[in-house]
Amino acid sequence: MRAFTRGTAGLVGFLALGEVATRSGLVPRASLPPPSVVLAGLAGLLADETFLLDVIATVLALVIAVAVASAIAVPLGLVLGGNPAVRQATRAVVEFLRPIPSVALIPLALVLLGSGPETKIALAVYASVWPILFNTVYALDELDGLLVETARAFGCGRLRVLLSVALPSALPFVLTGVRLAATTSLVVLVSTELLTGGNPGIGEFILEAGSGAGRMDLVLAGTVLAGILGYLVNAAFEGAGRRLLGWSALTRGRS
Amino acid sequence: MPTMLEVTDLGHSYRAKDGVHEAIGGVSFTVDAGELVCVVGPSGCGKSTLLRSIAGLISPTRGSTTLHGSPVQGVPDDLAVVFQDYSRSLFPWLTVQRNVEFPLRRSLGRAERQARAAEALDWVGLSGVGGKYTWQLSGGMQQRVAIARALAYRPALLLMDEPFASVDAQTRFELEDLLLRVTREHASTVLVVTHDIDESVYLGDRILVLSGAPSKVVADLTVDLPRERDQITTRESEAFVTLRSETARLLHGGRPRSTKPVTSANQAEDGQTVASRWADAERAETGRRATTT
Amino acid sequence: MRNLFLRRWALFAALVAAWEVAARLADNPFFPPPSEIAGTASGLWLSGPVDRLFLSDAVFSDVLPSVGRLLLGWGLAAVLGVALGVAIGRSPVARHYLGPLLTFARAVPPPALVPVFLVLFRVGTPMQLATITLGVLWPILLNSADGARSIDATKTDTAVVFRIPRAQWILGVVLPGALPKIFAGLRVSLSLSLVLMVVSELVGSTNGIGFKLLVAQREFDFPQLWAGIALLGVLGYLLNTALLTVERRMLAWQPRQEFVVKPTTAGD
Repeated sequence: MRAFTRGTAGLVGFLALGEVATRSGLVPRASLPPPSVVLAGLAGLLADETFLLDVIATVLALVIAVAVASAIAVPLGLVLGGNPAVRQATRAVVEFLRPIPSVALIPLALVLLGSGPETKIALAVYASVWPILFNTVYALDELDGLLVETARAFGCGRLRVLLSVALPSALPFVLTGVRLAATTSLVVLVSTELLTGGNPGIGEFILEAGSGAGRMDLVLAGTVLAGILGYLVNAAFEGAGRRLLGWSALTRGRS
Repeated sequence: MPTMLEVTDLGHSYRAKDGVHEAIGGVSFTVDAGELVCVVGPSGCGKSTLLRSIAGLISPTRGSTTLHGSPVQGVPDDLAVVFQDYSRSLFPWLTVQRNVEFPLRRSLGRAERQARAAEALDWVGLSGVGGKYTWQLSGGMQQRVAIARALAYRPALLLMDEPFASVDAQTRFELEDLLLRVTREHASTVLVVTHDIDESVYLGDRILVLSGAPSKVVADLTVDLPRERDQITTRESEAFVTLRSETARLLHGGRPRSTKPVTSANQAEDGQTVASRWADAERAETGRRATTT
Repeated sequence: MRNLFLRRWALFAALVAAWEVAARLADNPFFPPPSEIAGTASGLWLSGPVDRLFLSDAVFSDVLPSVGRLLLGWGLAAVLGVALGVAIGRSPVARHYLGPLLTFARAVPPPALVPVFLVLFRVGTPMQLATITLGVLWPILLNSADGARSIDATKTDTAVVFRIPRAQWILGVVLPGALPKIFAGLRVSLSLSLVLMVVSELVGSTNGIGFKLLVAQREFDFPQLWAGIALLGVLGYLLNTALLTVERRMLAWQPRQEFVVKPTTAGD
């Protein structure tokens, strides 16, 4: 309770500080409008249908990207995690592909795929695959040998062990991977929207607001909303993790 | 022997959901210099709270503590603690030698503290492993490092909180003998908190038996065993067995029988009522649990 | 030994070869064969004189400024993030007051701040540094705070009992204890730095690797575009490897190590 009041006090204090700094002219008002103006702008935007469509476009792209990335990365992770030989063979390829920052692919993807939503989704998928893949592989590495032996001792076959022992104990890790993937996806989506323009999304809204009229209040309002979105995405996955995996110390122990 | 530690009417209570919970209800005792005193009590009786109060880690609600005559406020300068959880008390990023040196950095130059740490490691029979990390050692060896660290600090009083509760039985015997040898060699004053009756009899010059919460001193027993002790012969001696039963009886609320134990008459009467009060406390405890879940 | 080498690289080599053959057969301008990309890359960056280790002018005018900005921005974030994070982590009051604010700051996708910094700093290095530093600060800060907070009570008690002075407590106990978490934060933020470096150069720069990608795209110079992407991949790999090497040395005391694949399960 005290943490909550103090946290609120911290937020309010920060906003008040920003208000004073901008109103007193300490910070140029044209480039950084006061928080009150930004929040008023945000309130106005939330009633604006085109803006809401922008938000929905980004969220939808996020959901699709994470779903596609999970569908690719989880099975792949199970294969790589379960077969040391395959992992060794693919290691060089993975090591080569992983460090390529997804945003570096934006210019290429624009030419190849055009500026439609499939471009940003494809880039977000590329970026999201890695955290899920690595967490799945890691989860299988961390699999408790005792659990497997217990299952074997009760006469479970290989498939049964995979489905009823390996998968459940890998789940907390996989879920963490998906949560990281969602955060990464959002970064990539906003970047792509911001850099390409032309198709609806929060990033595109921020770009427009900033470039044409130079409405910094709307730029910041869009940024705040992107932050809220990021927070909600993270909180949703953490909540789902706690709910689904109440038994796991991994999800319970983290804040 | 001069008095090293004097605890007078020390009490500690803390706020719980259902009012104030009294953990220690006025404990008084003294420890002479060079003595090894064991504190035994039922689990949850506030033994650790007592030790933490004496160490100055928490400030007791009432009462006072003096260490070699000067009143204790905060953590005294010349006091060391060996905790039960050696793996957490030692720093995994430091080698054994550096762990022992760590508290000495404040007061000693490099050469002197290296010498002192090496010496202390030698006392506990670990001279060869100074360069290893603590986690490379067995549990018993890690606790020996913690003991060496405390001894190298040259404390006026060494406090030990269930020091051997986390090691296996065989190692426990070795560590008990090591503690007796080292502390006698250096005439250390030691206060050991333990829940193990056998251990308290084997180690102690005196045993303080505590009641359940709010804990009081039920009995102050003098251990009439020769100073030289042996895990086999001492433990089978009649004196040991008698004292052990005596302590156990007191712990479970019985009336003291033999050995001129108890310091004052009213404490002996306290001893009588311990059983019922302890049971009350347990009932209260379960009641609380039932309401919260 | 040779067998191991073969097993590690066979698939990689096969894929590159397949791409080479397919690209040559398809003759699609978007997908130049790897040999052509490699040729372009060496022409771009490795055609300099011997006394400059064959590094061409482009390395000095684009690659090094990019790397410099990245390292400076990340380094600033590391210093600020660790210092603030450790301070916040050890103070429950600060955690209470700043917790929600930090959680929110961390949730803002950093590229969304680029337009703000563009207005505040105009096109150029300060804007890029601001983007990188303020973008990657939060994972470092929050991980440091988490690490500093999780120093166990027994260590705190031990330090109090032995009356460890404040400086020794922070440098000798809190910092080493938080170090594994700090490194987790540093690793995440390093790859994010690379992303933000590219984003900031795609938006507001007159030089740098990202800027050159844009130029190549506009000129439909696909071998150069692919070469730029590959260079960024190599750069990411080298930076990560360098950080891992440092981490391995500094965390050599850790009982268990898995440096091969170490995802950030605990707060990235």
